[in-house]
Amino acid sequence: MTDWSWLVPLPVVLPLSAAGLALALYRRPRLQRIVSLATLTLVAVVSAALLVLADSGPVVVEVGDWATPVGISLVADRLSALMLTVSSVVILCVLVYSLAQGREDGERFAPISIFHPTYLVLSAGVANAFLSGDLFNIYVGFEILLAASYVLITLSGTTERIRAGTIYVVVAILSSVLFLVAIAAVYAAVGTVNLAQLAIRLPEVDPGVRLVLQSMLLLAFGIKAAVFPLSAWLPDSYPTAPAPVTAVFAGLLTKVGVYAIIRTQSLLFPGGRLDDILLWVALATMLVGILGAVAQDDVKRLLSFTLVSHIGYMVFGIALGSVHGWTAAIYYVAHHITVQTALFLVVGLVERFGGTTSLDRLGGLAKMTPVLAVLFFVPAMNLGGIPPFSGFLGKVGLLEAGVERGSALGYTLVAGSVVTSLLTLYALIKAWNKAFWQSPPEELPAHRVPPMMIAPTAALVVFSLALTVFAGPLYAYTARAAQSLAERWPYIEAVLPDGQRGDGESQRAAEEAEDGG
Amino acid sequence: MSPNIVVVVTIAVLFTVGVYLVLERSLTRILLGIVLLSNGTNLLILVAGGAAGAPPIIGVASDRPMSDPLPQALILTAIVITLGLTAFLLAMAYRSWQLHRHDEVQDDVEDRRIVRLAARDERAFEDDDTESDGETLDEEAASARDETDEGRATPPPPRGGPTHGEEGR
Repeated sequence: MTDWSWLVPLPVVLPLSAAGLALALYRRPRLQRIVSLATLTLVAVVSAALLVLADSGPVVVEVGDWATPVGISLVADRLSALMLTVSSVVILCVLVYSLAQGREDGERFAPISIFHPTYLVLSAGVANAFLSGDLFNIYVGFEILLAASYVLITLSGTTERIRAGTIYVVVAILSSVLFLVAIAAVYAAVGTVNLAQLAIRLPEVDPGVRLVLQSMLLLAFGIKAAVFPLSAWLPDSYPTAPAPVTAVFAGLLTKVGVYAIIRTQSLLFPGGRLDDILLWVALATMLVGILGAVAQDDVKRLLSFTLVSHIGYMVFGIALGSVHGWTAAIYYVAHHITVQTALFLVVGLVERFGGTTSLDRLGGLAKMTPVLAVLFFVPAMNLGGIPPFSGFLGKVGLLEAGVERGSALGYTLVAGSVVTSLLTLYALIKAWNKAFWQSPPEELPAHRVPPMMIAPTAALVVFSLALTVFAGPLYAYTARAAQSLAERWPYIEAVLPDGQRGDGESQRAAEEAEDGG
Repeated sequence: MSPNIVVVVTIAVLFTVGVYLVLERSLTRILLGIVLLSNGTNLLILVAGGAAGAPPIIGVASDRPMSDPLPQALILTAIVITLGLTAFLLAMAYRSWQLHRHDEVQDDVEDRRIVRLAARDERAFEDDDTESDGETLDEEAASARDETDEGRATPPPPRGGPTHGEEGR
C-alpha cells in the first residue's frame, strides 16, 4: 500500500502558507481570491481523501520525523478526519459567499487584504486542532484559530463590533489561560503532553488528581464549546460580526471545543467519572439556550441561542459514555456544523434583502423572495428535527442511546431533549411566520441579492440534505469512529507502536548514538 | 519532589491580582490582569517541569544536573502567543478610546432591552398570530382579509392595553 501519510499535515500547512502568500499579495485582490479559493478547495479534497484513508486505521505523521513523545504528532483518525472534511466543506462554501459579498460591498464588507489571510489562518487553526495528537499542540491550534477569530470579529472596528469583540476576546483568552494551567498540571502529573502517551499514563495517576485534571480540561473546553454556565459570551458576540464570519464561527469554533471534549472523555479519561455532571450540564444547556432563543427579536441572536442549546445535544451524547451515544453525538456534530452555518448564511441574505434582521421589521419575505424562503425553511426544519432530515436522525440516535442508559437521569435527558426539540421548532416557526408569512409593518427595501451569494448557501443546504440521503453510510462511519474511540487502542497503537516511542528518525539517531557510546 | 516555595507563592500572588484585575470594567486593567495571569501560568509550567536532574538526552552524560527543556519550550510558545494577544487587546482598548473616549467594557444593549421587556411581561416582537387583544373569533372572522386581496393587509389597530414592540424603537 502506498504511504499516504504525507497528506496529513496539508490541511494545516497549505492554508498557513497561502495566508502568507495572500498577505504578500495585498495589492492584488484578484490573485488573493484565486489563492484562497484554490487552497481551500485543495484542503477540502485532501480532507476527503483523509476521510477514506482513516477508515482503515489512524494515519499518523511525526512532524520533522522526531519520534513521538519528544516530537509532535499529527493524527487523522476517523473522528478527526470526519470533522475535518465537514469543516473544510463549510469553510469553502463560506469563502465563496464572502467573495461574492466582498465583490458587492467592496471595502464596506471587509478590508479584503486582511480578510483573506486571516480567514486562511482560521482554517489552518481549525485543522490543527482537529489533527493534533498532542495536548499542547491542540492549545496552539486553538490559539491560531482564536487569534484569527479576534481579527475577524472586530473587522473594520465599528462601535458595536469593538463592544462585542472585547467580551469575546477577553473570555476566549481567559479560557486559554485555564487550558494552559490544565496543561501545566497534566505535565506535572504525568510528564508528557502527547495524547497517546497520556492515555497510557493517566490511569496510573491518583484518582483525585485525575479528577482535578479532567475537570480543568473540561472547564477550558466548556468555555470554548459554550456549554451552559459558560455560554453567556456567545449570543452577545457572534451576531455583530459580518454574516459570513458569524456563519463560520457558529459552525466551527464551538465544535472544535466539542471535539476536544470528546477526546478528553474518550481517550484521556475513560470510565465516565464526570458523566452524570455532564448530563446535567447538557440538560441545562439545552433548556436555557432554547428558552433564550424563544425570547429573542433579532434572528441572528435567536440562532445564536439555538446554537448554544444544540451544543447541549452533543454534550448529552458524549456524556452518555456509550458507543451509541458517541455515534449519535459525532453524527450530530457533522449535521449541526452544516445546518447552523447554512442558517446564518441565509439570515445574512435576508439582512441584505430586507436591510434588517429584527423580526419586528421583517415580514412577507415568502412572497417577495421565494428562493430565500426555501433556503431558510429547509435548514430550519432540519434544525428543529423534523423527519426525514438529518437533525431528526441524529436526535433519534441520541434518544435511543439515552433510553439504552436506562437510569432516571437518562430518561430525564431524553425528555429534556424532546422538549428542546419542540421549543426549537416553536422558535423557528415563530421567526418563519413573522419574517416570511406576515405582512411587514413597513415596506422592506428589497435590495438585490447577488446570485453568487445564493449559490454557496444553496450548496450548503444541499450538502445538509446529502447528510440525510447518505445517512446510512455516514452513520455507519460515525459508529466505527465511536467504536474505535471506545476501544482506545487503535489510536494509541498507531501513535506508539510499542507503547513507548513512535517510529520517527530520532529513535534511530538515538540508537546509533547508544551503539557508538 | 517539592517545588520552590518562593515560586509557588509568586504564582499565587500573580493569580490573585490577575483575577482581581480581570473583574474590572476598564479594558486596560483587564489587559494587565491577563498579562499577570499568563505570567503566573508560565511560572506554573516551569514548576511543573520539576527540579533539575539527569539530562533527558540519551547518550549524553553530563556531570551537572540539567533541567527539563520541554516546559521551557512550552513557556516560550505561550509567551509569544500572549505577546501577540496583548498587542491586539491594546489596539482594541485604543480603538475603544478613539470611539468613546473611554475603554470600558460595555453591556449588551439588546440583552438589556429583552430583559426590560421580560420584566414588563411584553413580547419581544409584534406577531399577528400570537397576539390576543380580546377579539372574539366572530369579530376576527368579520374583519379577516385574505392577504392575496388587492391592497396590503394591515394589522388590526390595538385596542387599549399596552401596545407591543414599541419599546426601544
